[in-house]
Amino acid sequence: MRGRPGLVTAYERDMAIFPTTTQRVWFAAFSLAMVLLTFVLSDDLALRGASAAAAAVGAIGLNLVTGWAGQISLGHAFFLGVGAYTAAALGGEPGGPLIGLGLEMWIWLPAAGLVAAVAGIIVAPIATRLRGLYLAFVTLGLVFIGEHIFREWDSLTGGIGVGRSAAKPVIFGYDLSREGEFLGFTLSAEQQYLLFALFVLLVMGLLAKNLVRSRIGRAFSAIRDRDVAAEIMGINLARHKLIAFTVSSFYAGIAGALLWTFIGFVEPRSFSLTLSVVYIAMILIGGAASIMGSIMGAVFITFLPRIVDLMARYIPLIEDSPSGGFLTVAQVEQILFGLLIVVFLIVEPLGLYGIWIRIRNYWKAWPFSY
Amino acid sequence: MTEFLQATVNGIATGAIYALLALGFVIIYKSSEVLSFAQSGLMILGAFWVVYFSTVLSLNFWIAVVLGVLLSAAIGVAIERSMLRPMVGKPAFSVAILTIGLNISLTVIGFDLIGVEIRSLGDPWGIQMVELGELVVSRKDLATIIASVVVVGALLAFFRYSRFGLAMRATAIDQETALAQGIPVAKVFAVAWAIAAGLATIAGVFLGAGTGVTAAIGVRAIRALPAAVIGGLDSIPGAIVGGLIVGLAEAYTVAYQAEYLGFLGQNFSTAIAYVVMFFVLLVRPYGIFGTREVVRV
Repeated sequence: MRGRPGLVTAYERDMAIFPTTTQRVWFAAFSLAMVLLTFVLSDDLALRGASAAAAAVGAIGLNLVTGWAGQISLGHAFFLGVGAYTAAALGGEPGGPLIGLGLEMWIWLPAAGLVAAVAGIIVAPIATRLRGLYLAFVTLGLVFIGEHIFREWDSLTGGIGVGRSAAKPVIFGYDLSREGEFLGFTLSAEQQYLLFALFVLLVMGLLAKNLVRSRIGRAFSAIRDRDVAAEIMGINLARHKLIAFTVSSFYAGIAGALLWTFIGFVEPRSFSLTLSVVYIAMILIGGAASIMGSIMGAVFITFLPRIVDLMARYIPLIEDSPSGGFLTVAQVEQILFGLLIVVFLIVEPLGLYGIWIRIRNYWKAWPFSY
Repeated sequence: MTEFLQATVNGIATGAIYALLALGFVIIYKSSEVLSFAQSGLMILGAFWVVYFSTVLSLNFWIAVVLGVLLSAAIGVAIERSMLRPMVGKPAFSVAILTIGLNISLTVIGFDLIGVEIRSLGDPWGIQMVELGELVVSRKDLATIIASVVVVGALLAFFRYSRFGLAMRATAIDQETALAQGIPVAKVFAVAWAIAAGLATIAGVFLGAGTGVTAAIGVRAIRALPAAVIGGLDSIPGAIVGGLIVGLAEAYTVAYQAEYLGFLGQNFSTAIAYVVMFFVLLVRPYGIFGTREVVRV
């Protein structure tokens, strides 16, 4: 079968996570390259990379419910917030005015996911009653109600404008936020964050990939493509929508906990509708119903501010300073962000992943055009 | 009792604004089956045009409003033509997300144009109050209610009696059949966006009247979305009723919640619209007047 990647002789092979040896080799090489890169990246870039990896976990979660199961969720920010605050409460400094139990990371990270998943289970019954766009509105409402709770629950969140410090990333007595030795190298806090985030992304990404090729994953796709037909085929709609929401919220909880731990500070206003839209943009720009696409989108959106910073140097209308010029960097970033969503939806609905597939297919047949 | 009546009047005034925004939303949805999240962006931009015409160019307030509405309508048509037309036939979700992206861009541009200070609209009502018996009503609120009734009445008459209104209703029922009857469906879409953008501008004027236009009015405009959902996405009376329900719920929350349900925290009125929406959707998944979706195999 060597050299004929399109030829599949067994169903197991068709469903394999990495169908070809080439893909396996490339994946291993790429992972190794990312790990090696960690040792040389500047702290600033390493922190962005770590945020991108954590955001990718959240994007995978959203992609499971929206890309695969076809249930539009604008409520991702709420679940990210639940995760971030669960982590902050369990892993925060004990004894202060705010809730903090001072637990270790191996407790608060899964707990953040679980609490968010429970929140997902609570919302799911309302969500399963509704279809399509009405569901989008319910999840939209969830964000606003969540924002209100985060604003008002002072003993947990510190209140609006005050905020609280995030969880401490201590794992078995080893503090990731302090410079440390690793295999003979001295790693800064940011570099350790990146390594840890890459590890979490690898685990969560493979788990998601495994889920979507299973019976449940196929049920998700069937519901997305036509829910009535799926129901007639014997798929329990309510049950699978519940699973989709729960798993997605679990991913969001983990992502929220990690992201705000890297930032080190949680502010209740962070979890607004804008944040949900950012995640929607990640999966749309990256590519719906694709794990690789989710990661690409998360990386692209997280590094977008850097790209705009670069643009500011060469395009005269954009100003670095917050007051001068026609448009500031932050504004360009937001406008660009909005327009990117529009352009991708109109021109390239498959997202970055679709572009990648097209490039790959072109070179596969090169020099022949088909 | 006075407090209750006072809250009711305030609620109807805010509700009227929500109703105008929700109406634009429903008109777009009915005619082109597009969910437009761009209403708040259109509103901020529209409010800015009125500010610009009335204070920067110092035109008469009413002329400024008319010019602002016309300019907004033109922008609405341009948006429909350039961004929504290529999306005809795409999944409703994609189109809805597209309008979210659009809304982000519009809002940022609106914020940038308005700037950080409070911009006066130059409206004739100011912050004066009128006493009606025991009630104290701001002139602005009265103007809002009267203008909304006039605008909504005119719109309903347009849909009911004009030739183009009939075309729009036909398109709402079935696009393909309408097309087969020779109705210019593309024009219907454009007009729907023009009407929605105009309504958003009027809503923006009344949100900003008296106190002045700030970037913050956009946050309130989003609450017109639950209003439209409560009434049912495809129902014009629903939009009006939904707007009034949200407005009243907010006013009563402001008046009574601190006293009776204090544990819900301050500013619960910002979230009440969504709570009401949850309960309405639990009981009626398609809103109060929405059409039940027929599932066919």
